[in-house]
Amino acid sequence: MSQAAFEQLVDISLTVNGERVEARVPAGRHVVDFLRLDLGLTGAHAGCEHGVCGACTLQIDGEIVRGCLILAAQMDGAEIWTIEGVTDSKEITDLQDNFVERNALQCGFCTPGMIFAARDILTRHQGVPSREDIREHISGNYCRCTGYEAIVDAIETTARARNSEQEAAE
Amino acid sequence: MKASVAGYARAQSLGHAFDLLQSAQGEAVVIAGGQSLVASLNLRLSEEALLVDIRHLPELRGVVLHEGVLRLGALTRHAELAQAPLVAEHAPLLTQAAPLIAHAAIRSRGTLGGSLANADPAAELPACMIALAAEILVRSAGNERRIPADAFFEGLFTTALEEGEIIVAVDIPLKAAGDRHVIRELTRRSGDYAIVGLAGVKSVDGVRLAYFGVSDKPVLAAGAMTILNSGGSIEDAVSALQDDLDPESDPHASAEYRRHLAAVLLRRVLADMTNS
Amino acid sequence: MSIRFDNPDRPNSYIGRTVPRPNARRLVEGRGRYVDDIVLPRMLHAVFLRSPYAHARIQSINTEAARAAHGVRGVFTGADLAEHCTPWVAVLAHLKGLKSAPQHPIAVDRATWTGEAVAAVVADTRAQAEEAAALIEVDYEPLQPVTDMRTALDPETPVLHPDLGDNLTFQREHVSGDPAEVMRTAPVIVESRFKTGRHTGVCVEPRSILADYNRSEKQLTVYHSTQAPHMMQVVFAEHLGLPEGAVRVICGDVGGSFGIKVHVYPDEVATATISKILGRPVKFIADRLESFATDIHARDHEIDARMALDEDGRILALDIEDLTGIGPYSVYPRTSAIEGNQVVNLCGGPYDFANYRARTTVVLQNKSPTCQYRAVGHPIAAAVTEGMVDLAAEKLGLDPIEIRRRNLIADDAYPYTSPANMRFEGLSHHKSLNKLVEMMDYPALRAEQAALRENGVYRGIGIASFIELTNPSPFMYGIGGARISAQDGCTVRMDPDGSVVAMSGVTEQGQGTEAMLAQVTAEAVGVPVQRVRVITGDTQTTPYGGGTWASRGAGIGGEAALQAGRALRENILAVAGAMLQCAPETLDIVEGNIVDLGTDTERMPLSELGRVVYFRGDTLPKGLPRELVVTRHYITSDYPFAFTNGIQASYVEVDPETGFVKLLKHWCVEDCGRVINPQLVDEQIRGGIVQGIGGALYEESLYDTEGQLLNANMADYLVPMASEMPDMIIGHVETPTRESELGAKGAGEAGTAGAPAAVMNAINDAIRPLGGRVTSMPMTPERILRSIHHLPE
Repeated sequence: MSQAAFEQLVDISLTVNGERVEARVPAGRHVVDFLRLDLGLTGAHAGCEHGVCGACTLQIDGEIVRGCLILAAQMDGAEIWTIEGVTDSKEITDLQDNFVERNALQCGFCTPGMIFAARDILTRHQGVPSREDIREHISGNYCRCTGYEAIVDAIETTARARNSEQEAAE
Repeated sequence: MKASVAGYARAQSLGHAFDLLQSAQGEAVVIAGGQSLVASLNLRLSEEALLVDIRHLPELRGVVLHEGVLRLGALTRHAELAQAPLVAEHAPLLTQAAPLIAHAAIRSRGTLGGSLANADPAAELPACMIALAAEILVRSAGNERRIPADAFFEGLFTTALEEGEIIVAVDIPLKAAGDRHVIRELTRRSGDYAIVGLAGVKSVDGVRLAYFGVSDKPVLAAGAMTILNSGGSIEDAVSALQDDLDPESDPHASAEYRRHLAAVLLRRVLADMTNS
Repeated sequence: MSIRFDNPDRPNSYIGRTVPRPNARRLVEGRGRYVDDIVLPRMLHAVFLRSPYAHARIQSINTEAARAAHGVRGVFTGADLAEHCTPWVAVLAHLKGLKSAPQHPIAVDRATWTGEAVAAVVADTRAQAEEAAALIEVDYEPLQPVTDMRTALDPETPVLHPDLGDNLTFQREHVSGDPAEVMRTAPVIVESRFKTGRHTGVCVEPRSILADYNRSEKQLTVYHSTQAPHMMQVVFAEHLGLPEGAVRVICGDVGGSFGIKVHVYPDEVATATISKILGRPVKFIADRLESFATDIHARDHEIDARMALDEDGRILALDIEDLTGIGPYSVYPRTSAIEGNQVVNLCGGPYDFANYRARTTVVLQNKSPTCQYRAVGHPIAAAVTEGMVDLAAEKLGLDPIEIRRRNLIADDAYPYTSPANMRFEGLSHHKSLNKLVEMMDYPALRAEQAALRENGVYRGIGIASFIELTNPSPFMYGIGGARISAQDGCTVRMDPDGSVVAMSGVTEQGQGTEAMLAQVTAEAVGVPVQRVRVITGDTQTTPYGGGTWASRGAGIGGEAALQAGRALRENILAVAGAMLQCAPETLDIVEGNIVDLGTDTERMPLSELGRVVYFRGDTLPKGLPRELVVTRHYITSDYPFAFTNGIQASYVEVDPETGFVKLLKHWCVEDCGRVINPQLVDEQIRGGIVQGIGGALYEESLYDTEGQLLNANMADYLVPMASEMPDMIIGHVETPTRESELGAKGAGEAGTAGAPAAVMNAINDAIRPLGGRVTSMPMTPERILRSIHHLPE
């Protein structure tokens, strides 16, 4: 075996927002650039490219991740969901409504990543999370505009509404 | 910036991974969760990297009881550490430590093996391994060896791993009834690397105290431990930290401030052990 | 017709109501369109090689290997671009004595800060351009850098630009009354030194530009993440030798700006220049690391302050000596002297006193250039002033609320001219203070603080009054010769279906400008707000204007929209009168329908009027004016600025063992005049407070003595995050400006202006019993601990 076993362009086959995608990607290309440049999914934003700002937060294989810290080459067989996909599926319409209603976004650049962090705690947390829990869960997502309070409010409102719906159903 | 990567190969088995590493003649690096590696690639801290992806190897997974120890596969993710019932029962230090690591979107991907191999001196898990007296299982094409945690971390981002070696698992002695596990750290913001942190384990053998963020590697506070384990006072142990620790100044904190915080943490961790 | 703001049940009552922003929906769905989202045919990507030295002569540059690299379409040095782009000198005539050196888009023979561009590569992809940039060889001769602003003017310090003669770029002293004499005789004197940390804006969207020069049309189109499209149009035209009309600047979604994106950046001008040279679209998206070294910095100040008071705690005099370092160049075209000038203008601002001396000294240094960042100068002036007031209160044994009551300008004292010669039309310091005391239940909080202290818990309450400069007139930049518009326009158009389009020269950065314009237009014309579409950020389609800066969008742009909407309404009613054969004065427009005035009886929908005007104009009387497009402009003229005021309070807990601070709660009462959209104003205040907290507790661009930036990444440069931020209670007092019918003043910077002072005073209130006091920002745990606990150096 020689270094020829290493590929500069890597073939991957995966699903993105429920659609089958086949692509050949440069070995060093991260997932955000893959989504933006190869697939035209510009909802994921590159804010720092060193894994700190959280603007590129999205979902891979059921978990939220930083798109800039994952190479597209590693995505063979993966299932990726972006803001475009979870919008189309309407599963977070209530959360998005509450973001708009509460003005939990200003410039909007951090918002797709923030929505994924919010969606994650709403999915994982039993009942209504405390404001501290919400703040902790979004603590890896930079927002320079809002001061965070409106975002916490929007998530809390969504959690309360979902919880009372669930209680009503039970 | 964009990563400079010369090539990528996905290992199909551990043997395949060793072959790939060998073929690259020392030029390849192992990638698993990539949570530290890809950041450093994007910062162009390395050029023309060759990557061997071991993320899919089943032999590196699993949280099991094995011959009287808790065995954690190298690919155990931080999110799994936080959740695993076996970890909570037998090594609750790690259950406490995992949520302190970065943020949810990183814990979902970052791995135990990756954290240990990266050997960031301010990271939680290396210090936890030392406090737990864990052994790190390392394998290469022709060899397997066990490295005690306090011999594994050699310096800034430097470990006892040799060329061609991969961490496969860690073995952790089981917590006995009455043992106390405590980790505390001081960070400016939730999820930041600690200015100073302390992982402590109290058992019938005495206390083990491992600091992080105070040196170029995690440090066992040997002098303080000796005093405490021979019935000395807490304040004598605090004094012994002067010799145990030799922190440096950086933009986040001066050496003296770190020393001060190390003392504060010692008192707090010991109090937690008594109170818990 | 004047708007009955006092009547919430009036028709079309959008002004004063919370209305969701029309553009928020697409942003939460990931459908924003930021510059980096735009892809044009044959587009290239620019990357800049940057100086690793703070100060170095460029001996030679070898670009051969880079030119040969894969995908590279061009490599440019400073000398290459100097043939196509003229340099600029950032001075303003009204800042007397301000001097700066000519600056090129890429350094020509000398690099003057770590991060200054020394060469550019354009390639098919950003990754290729980065690979190639690493292949450029630059032969530098390192020169001694000027880093410490305290020694910048010493004779042994090298002069950064020899042609300027020295490193003093600007100095201004203002004296009113006889402060020296009062300081000699006053019974109470307090003095202190303050430092504010050099920090930057960290917009989550980095600076972004896509320049597209089309040779066949001789037209430069620039897609730009900017706050001031018309200003940039002028700059590109002037320095690239193009007519202004041949430059179009389009500003779509902007991912945060905060003043960072209102300046001319050399790398952005270089990008446009390269596009003109190549005749191809060129995109430059700043990398995060280079952003820290090239986005403007701000607030690098050291201030010595003295305050004189009488025995009753009335302020008699204030003396301010301010020193600031601005980097190697004054930043174009707004200049880097404004911040120091603002410190002189704003210190002591909320208080009624007569004797004042303030001097700012602005020096050059080899660090990133500084310029205007959100609340320019205000946080510095407020921290110094409020810090001194608290110090005086401590010395006199007065409660911080009581000393402010004794000194704040009385609510009936207006118009009032401050000792710094700032003219206030109408402020509400006492009303605001009273409201704050009530909102926070000040006595109860003091009781809680005292009770907890018995248990060794160290909590503190900090109060900070402030003023904010908004709605600037040409006195800010225009009179100094800068082609920056203080006037703004709005074009309002009714289309055949009765919907309305408003085009405005003010811009949207996420603060809600477009929502504000939609509300004002909807109420002025008489249509549902959902029927108004707003267009901003395009120099070719919107009326000429200034854009977003100095909290001017609502006050200036809103009034232009109000007047344009009113005029369109009159035109519509004239046509309606002809169609319905009645006097226009007997008609009104309510929720998109022509109605009888007074009874609101519906006569016809606007869509019917639109149908007739646009498709059956033959049925209208010949010669009847039927102009359904109207433009109006607005500029302030009675006052140079519309000042606002407010007061903030912070409640904190300090861990005396570690120096760590926990922010428990924050309050702000502010008076921005007429509130058009309460929610948007509140969120501006909240976001501003947290940015102010950033400067107070976390943010600092750290340099070593060689001028190396030590924390140019997001892991080491800390900004506020969700976990540590408090909930914030916001209240309002409304004192509308009488200069406009709308009565709106600005609200974008009030939070940032007052928050650092409030937090500083709260921390000092908490640690006072421990003998501690901090006046250096950011107030890190280490600085706090060192003030209460002996630590060896």
